[in-house]
Amino acid sequence: MTAYLVAILIFAVIYGFVALGLNIQWGLTGLINLGQVAFFAVGAYCAALTTQAGLPLLPALVLAALVSGSLGGAVALFTPRLREDYLAIVTLGFSEFVRLIFLNEKWLAGGPDGIAGIPRPVTIPGLDSETSFLVIAAVLLAVAFWFSQRLAHFPIGRTLRAIREDETVVASIGKPTLTYKTLAFVLGAALAGIGGALFASYLTYISPDMFGPNVSIYVLAAVLLGRQGSTLGTLAGTAVVAVLLEGTRLLKDYITVVDGVQLAALRLMALGLALMIIVAVRYGPGRRA
Amino acid sequence: MSNLLEIAGLNKRFGGLQAVDRCELSVREGSITGLIGPNGAGKTTLFSIISGFTKPDSGQIRFGGRRIEGLGAYEVARRGLRRTFQIPRELKEMSVLENLMLVPEGQFGDRLLSVLLPGARVRQEEQVNEAAAREVLETVGLAEKADIAAARLSGGQKKLLELARCLMSRPRLMLLDEPTAGVNPTLIRHLMKVMQKVHASGITLLIIEHNMNVIMELCERVVVLDRGHVIAAGTPAEIQQNKQVLDAYLGGVDA
Ligand SMILES: Nc1ncnc2c1ncn2[C@@H]1O[C@H](COP(=O)(O)OP(=O)(O)OP(=O)(O)O)[C@@H](O)[C@H]1O
Ligand SMILES: [Mg+2]
Repeated sequence: MTAYLVAILIFAVIYGFVALGLNIQWGLTGLINLGQVAFFAVGAYCAALTTQAGLPLLPALVLAALVSGSLGGAVALFTPRLREDYLAIVTLGFSEFVRLIFLNEKWLAGGPDGIAGIPRPVTIPGLDSETSFLVIAAVLLAVAFWFSQRLAHFPIGRTLRAIREDETVVASIGKPTLTYKTLAFVLGAALAGIGGALFASYLTYISPDMFGPNVSIYVLAAVLLGRQGSTLGTLAGTAVVAVLLEGTRLLKDYITVVDGVQLAALRLMALGLALMIIVAVRYGPGRRA
Repeated sequence: MSNLLEIAGLNKRFGGLQAVDRCELSVREGSITGLIGPNGAGKTTLFSIISGFTKPDSGQIRFGGRRIEGLGAYEVARRGLRRTFQIPRELKEMSVLENLMLVPEGQFGDRLLSVLLPGARVRQEEQVNEAAAREVLETVGLAEKADIAAARLSGGQKKLLELARCLMSRPRLMLLDEPTAGVNPTLIRHLMKVMQKVHASGITLLIIEHNMNVIMELCERVVVLDRGHVIAAGTPAEIQQNKQVLDAYLGGVDA
């Protein structure tokens, strides 16, 4: 039971990075990203391959952030003016493209079999491997949170919020909007990369089917639940999504009227319902966003 | 004195409509110049081209002697040429004060690096920045509204905020798109004083305006645009008696 709780918390922390990243892009700057899983996946594969080659976890995380961030930069450059409509299509397509590469390029990443035997090279004396991992991941998430929070509340965050509200105005006061948008996109991708690296290291096994579009949707849900733009809210939203997705697995042992497959479907329904209620309450008739 | 802004042979077509048609125009440094013309004459489009938001099909724009027609909007703004929007574009979710504190260029806090370093430098910069913003709000008469959300301003106050945002950067040239439209008469008097004050402080103004009293009182020179083409230019008194101008306006009413 405790082990199970630790597992849920670890997932929540891992998705926390991905959601904080999306919050910088979408919540703060207004850049829609339907393919955040791509940067998550690239971070995961990057860490898997490099830690297997003997790199310690921390440098592997940094490398994952750099690789995913650069890829985010490339996507930004290939999306004309980073306009919302293009961005939705490009990010969604790109994430499937990345998944298909990992699926089909056996030499690179094991193809459909994925990569097994990824090291989890962290232990804190006196704690078991899982708990050590949770502590370290949580400390790193706290750093990411601190960074996001400062970013949002510093003048640069004001500029990003202004871009979300009205890009034309920001250009009219002499600020290079495209540079800021690219920066936000890169930062968000880099955070997702760190999340992916932790994901690979925690599970010690990854395969392409773990990186489907549903992951992108979950983090979109987390950011939306947490009131788009709020850093703390994003983490709270992530916790809710993690509990709804992972926590409901627990029910399997108690509920016998439905089988496992039905329960999996029920979990998604619960998430969908939670989203609909929140959106209705928050943005429904008579309320402004 | 020399011309701060010079436009030659400017053209812009939207589908079948020639919105700007072989436009020639100059603005003397240190002047207040009026730009008038019937609805749909292409005045706003001209502003949009000058400020780099719309690409012209052909023609030249010189600002301070240098060509600017190929530059992006933010680059034009950085050279000290700023515009307001005919329909105010206040940032609704921000306070009036924040709307202005956003403006100053080269803020250290606007760089990613600042997020990773101790906050003292940014805090200090923000204090200076806030004082400057409050002073500008004082100048335009919005000081009491500094801390409310910009969305809650009245139409006239939003016009003032547009002006304030433009003023905040102390540009060389301001393009004001109908600064008094929708503003009540008392506020218009106030706005005219503000514009005179801004002008006296050394900023050149090019103003689109439908209110002839404002034009008469403020402008030393008026340029008349009709269907994208300059049909007359001169002192306000000359323009008021120009037959072609009267025809253009009457034609505008018919159409
Ligand atoms: N982006 C655009 N695409 C197509 N047509 C446009 C566009 N922008 C302006 N127009 C057209 O160009 C013409 C000139 O418009 P513009 O807004 O410049 O006129 P204006 O002189 O500012 O008028 P007003 O006094 O009503 O503000 C109008 O017929 C308008 O419909
Ligand atoms: Mg207009």
